[in-house]
Amino acid sequence: MYPRPIPETNRSARAAYVTLVTAVLVLWLLPLVTVMLTSLRSFEEVMAGNYWGWPKSFNLVENYTAVFKQTALARYFANSLIITLPSVLGVLILSTLTGYVLSRHRFPGNRLVFALFVGGNFLPAQIMMIPVRDLMVGIGLYDTFFALIIFHTAFQTGFATLFMRNFIAALPDELFQAARAEGASPWQTLWHVVVPLIRPALAALAILTFTFVWNDYFWAIVLTQSDAVKPVTAGLNNLRGEWVSAWNLVAAATIMVAIPPVAMFFLMQRHFIAGLTMGAVKG
Amino acid sequence: MMRLWRRHRHWLAPTLFILPGALLFGIVIILASVQTIWVSFFDWDGVGPMQWVGLANYEQLAEDPQFYVSLKNNVIWLGMFMLAPPLGLALALLLNQAIAGMKFLKSMFFVPLVLASVTVGVVFTWVYDPTFGLLSLIYGWFGATAPALLSDEHLVSFAVVIAALWPQVAFCLVLFLAGLNNLNEDLIGAGRVDGARGSAMLLHVVLPQLREVSFIALAVTVIGALRSFDMVAVMTSGGPFGSSTVLAYQMYEQSIFSYRFGYGAAIATVLFAIMAAFIAWYLRTLLRPEQETA
Repeated sequence: MYPRPIPETNRSARAAYVTLVTAVLVLWLLPLVTVMLTSLRSFEEVMAGNYWGWPKSFNLVENYTAVFKQTALARYFANSLIITLPSVLGVLILSTLTGYVLSRHRFPGNRLVFALFVGGNFLPAQIMMIPVRDLMVGIGLYDTFFALIIFHTAFQTGFATLFMRNFIAALPDELFQAARAEGASPWQTLWHVVVPLIRPALAALAILTFTFVWNDYFWAIVLTQSDAVKPVTAGLNNLRGEWVSAWNLVAAATIMVAIPPVAMFFLMQRHFIAGLTMGAVKG
Repeated sequence: MMRLWRRHRHWLAPTLFILPGALLFGIVIILASVQTIWVSFFDWDGVGPMQWVGLANYEQLAEDPQFYVSLKNNVIWLGMFMLAPPLGLALALLLNQAIAGMKFLKSMFFVPLVLASVTVGVVFTWVYDPTFGLLSLIYGWFGATAPALLSDEHLVSFAVVIAALWPQVAFCLVLFLAGLNNLNEDLIGAGRVDGARGSAMLLHVVLPQLREVSFIALAVTVIGALRSFDMVAVMTSGGPFGSSTVLAYQMYEQSIFSYRFGYGAAIATVLFAIMAAFIAWYLRTLLRPEQETA
């Protein structure tokens, strides 16, 4: 291991080390922690200018109820779920199919198709903004959930294909030879050999795609307009304009927007990190 | 019919499998990107007829002072983002100890990575607030007045980039921690026997083994810098007086707010050209090892 591990016997060095790391962590997360504290303050306290000190009173229930009752946050929240969940499902299905074919079937242009998926996934969103917006307006999907679901599914399939192709390519060859020897059709091979083995990859992709789509802001403001469709990221920015002085409520909304991806991350941390590093490192 | 299918399924089935994903990605992502280049040769308000103007949008762009402001800011983003990999590595070196409780502490360090950029933007707008912000509080302790970072045309881009560095450093931290976990123990042991320690060990034994991870960290950082849009949109809307725009934001503003879609497409094409050069380099490096073994 590098750096050299602090020996288990050296209790005081270990304690000092953990204290140091905790101090760095507090500084590292200070901006977020203060927003959390602000989300607990009363309106009077915010008006009096106490933004960064310890809250005088804790208004957890009041503030978080208020933000759901008095603002459209609940609507935005539901919108985000309606957009994100089908996108994740779509990406998982499409990328399993593309990844399987690209890793296990030789055909002319295989490498080119793969390169297009990988390269396209790195394109800046702005390069496709005008035609995508035009397309959605043209087929009457602008300002509907479908516009965002279709776009996110398409875009995330790029990264997911890279990921799935590499994962399936790393599966033992013997399995596929055995399947071929028994005369299994491509569909049977996919369903009975590949799918049971790629569960960890599916989990990792699900959590990554969820985070990417949930956190998207650019497409939210390019493809939607009305509150009935807007996801939380765009909604939060609206709230910030409408509730300028009610910092406590905007802070509560900010925390609410952050909770789903953070919770997903902590629940499925192993998969998240494995996915991120494998997608990137094994590349 | 069934026989026909059976005879051809060995290539028909894979074709059917790959088709939905390839078509969707091909139309919505690849084709749309190419189409933008086409649109950049037109004068178009986004609704009415398109008027062919040849290279006029690009000629205009070459004389647009705002374009150079955006370009300059993109360079600032790129330059300052280069701090993310070394900072991420430094944090990773600090955190790479197996002690009870470290697992939890490490994951807390990753949190900025999963926050939406809107969240990061909102949080840092408060940090920078000249009257109530955390920064003004800290300045206050020293009896000084905090600069209004987000309304100062010379400092605004730096302030926005620092906010954006927060999740980016966390990203690099995750990558480097994974890299440190995959170090070859024998090499480290051999290095220790040879008396390598501290920085010598880092430079000659550890860093060479982290080459692949460093490459990835660098790549995601460059891409992140060129992609910058959200933070600018949320924190400054390109202001004050357009001093914090980047190419991505200027393109959005010209198209959506000024209805100059052809001009916006030209800006997007320039951004695309910059990015394409980088993606080509990345793909070459990425696909090369496989070609060698194949």
